[in-house]
Amino acid sequence: MDTFVQQIINGLTLGSIYALVALGYTMVYGILGLINFAHGEVVMIGALTALAVIKPLAGAGLPWPLAVLAGVAAAIAACMALGFVIERVAYRPLRNAPRLAPLITAIGVSMVLQQLAMIIWGRNYHSFPQLLPATPRAIGGAQITDLQIMIVAVAILMMAGLALLVNRTRLGRAMRATAENPQIAGLMGVDANHIVSLTFVIGSALAAVAGVMVSANYGIAHYNMGFILGLKAFTAAVLGGIGNLTGAMLGGILLGLIEALGAGYIGDLTGGFLGSDYQDVFAFFVLIVVLIFRPSGLMGEKVSERA
Amino acid sequence: MKAKVKAWQGVALIAAVLAVLPFAVGLGMGNAWVRVLDFALLYIMLALGLNIVVGFAGLLDLGYIAFYAIGAYLYALLSSPHFGLHWPAWAVLPLGAAVAGLFGVLLGAPTLRLRGDYLAIVTLGFGEIIRIFLNNLNSPVNITNGPQGIARIDPISVFGVPLSRPLDVLGVSLPGVYLYYYLFALVALGIIFVTMRLEDSRIGRAWVAIREDEIAAKACGINTRNVKLLAFAMGASFGGVAGGLFAGFQEFVSPESFSLMESVMVLCMVVLGGMGHVPGVVLGGLLLAVLPEALRQGAGPVQLALFGRVLLDPESLRILLFGLALILVMQYRPAGLWPSATRRREFSENPPEPGR
Repeated sequence: MDTFVQQIINGLTLGSIYALVALGYTMVYGILGLINFAHGEVVMIGALTALAVIKPLAGAGLPWPLAVLAGVAAAIAACMALGFVIERVAYRPLRNAPRLAPLITAIGVSMVLQQLAMIIWGRNYHSFPQLLPATPRAIGGAQITDLQIMIVAVAILMMAGLALLVNRTRLGRAMRATAENPQIAGLMGVDANHIVSLTFVIGSALAAVAGVMVSANYGIAHYNMGFILGLKAFTAAVLGGIGNLTGAMLGGILLGLIEALGAGYIGDLTGGFLGSDYQDVFAFFVLIVVLIFRPSGLMGEKVSERA
Repeated sequence: MKAKVKAWQGVALIAAVLAVLPFAVGLGMGNAWVRVLDFALLYIMLALGLNIVVGFAGLLDLGYIAFYAIGAYLYALLSSPHFGLHWPAWAVLPLGAAVAGLFGVLLGAPTLRLRGDYLAIVTLGFGEIIRIFLNNLNSPVNITNGPQGIARIDPISVFGVPLSRPLDVLGVSLPGVYLYYYLFALVALGIIFVTMRLEDSRIGRAWVAIREDEIAAKACGINTRNVKLLAFAMGASFGGVAGGLFAGFQEFVSPESFSLMESVMVLCMVVLGGMGHVPGVVLGGLLLAVLPEALRQGAGPVQLALFGRVLLDPESLRILLFGLALILVMQYRPAGLWPSATRRREFSENPPEPGR
């Protein structure tokens, strides 16, 4: 029972991070109908930028909360700029190209970003400083750290903010209109290109925050961290129904829970044959099963097939 | 009649070039480069296999390297001291093709309804799952020997002659890399032949029809399910053969060789060369197998000469340039470097008006 509660807590933490990243995928997919394969690398750049700012500032004697805020702000700024550039360079010129083309440029962007990060930050794993006191609080038989509470709280705040933005503001209405039909939205005076850029920028800002969270959670950051994370977040987006914001949040949390519980119990379930090394297999397995039985995801509406 | 003579002249010319190539390369640049040629041939086989799935049938497969891995591990398990089995290559290689083809169908069957991006992600997941299993199936029962991989694999033997040791032919001692070169060249030519014949066959046309418009293809009476599965199986079996050859050639396999990056590499070969166009794909495979090697050897000294020290390690420079190449080629030559005539017409800015 204790393991169960503990894994639920871990799963929620992990899941809120996945949800933030998944939102980036789903927003872009909703508007452009393409998978921004490079989104995971944006998360990685966010984490490493934050680290690069936090370490010297904290070393210079700035109080921790200020240093962290500065680091997150820098990460958000860097990722927003990056998201803007990615859209301009890799996707906009190919807006009307065959569907494989943007996917391939996205792989290209992903490779370039990874290598650039490796050149800048090196091959090593960087230890991410402890942001909050690590003394856990006991809940039932399980433990929860301040950091985990913080991650979940910030994630919920950001998702609420995004929901407000999309549902309550003029900009949000323009975004929804563009997702519905770019041409008609254009006729109504919406600058679709502007909206697409903004979507990338907003998604990247969320990714930056997620990047800081994930490296704070695991205590490490490195140039190679984005890919698998991105893949899992994409799985979460598909699980929830890609293009659907609520779905991405739900999918993220669910995937986090599935993974945590899977890692906690796989040994017992298979009589010790499979160990927690197979944790990563879960995400892919869930993805494949969802796509086979419910290709439009849990919350997605039935989309017409397109080639 | 004249065309036939010309065609045979072309074939003879290609055969002559292929026969002489390793000697020219080996004597000019050293035997290490013949080894590079061997790998280039393996990559060409892989690229041709993937070309069936991606280029002909239009099904984006990002986990293709899994089939290569299956072929390689099957060979490694069946002819190495690991299980004490020493099956001959002529039995293992076809078996590898069959098993890889079976896995191709296993992957294809549940994903028949998926298209484009979704299919790409599922295949990618499949590739990763295979790699994770190879990496972890060393306990509690040791099947794949985990991350250490399987070593001391039997070399491939042809008519009882192991290709790993130098062979004396007419007083000239041919090192193993040359022997493997000729074997690989033969297999690659066989695959090229099969693919080109397939392209113009009823099946090949059905694949292209599915690529262009699946619903229309179905309406024309094509059994899209079987034809798609066949594409997966064919592509996978080529990958399986290449994997077996790789295992025998290297005499060592480990999960590291089958990372996602390799899948992406093979995909790059197909895309850069020209999807669906066999000569283009061969060119793509050759270029992308040889260029990185040139880069690896050239980048260090050039940087030393220019800046006085090695600023970027050649491996990361290689991936960086690959990424850039993918982006640029997609923007300026979306149909690839050497596309087929039809594709070029489709992608050109001003398509010629029909009937002119």
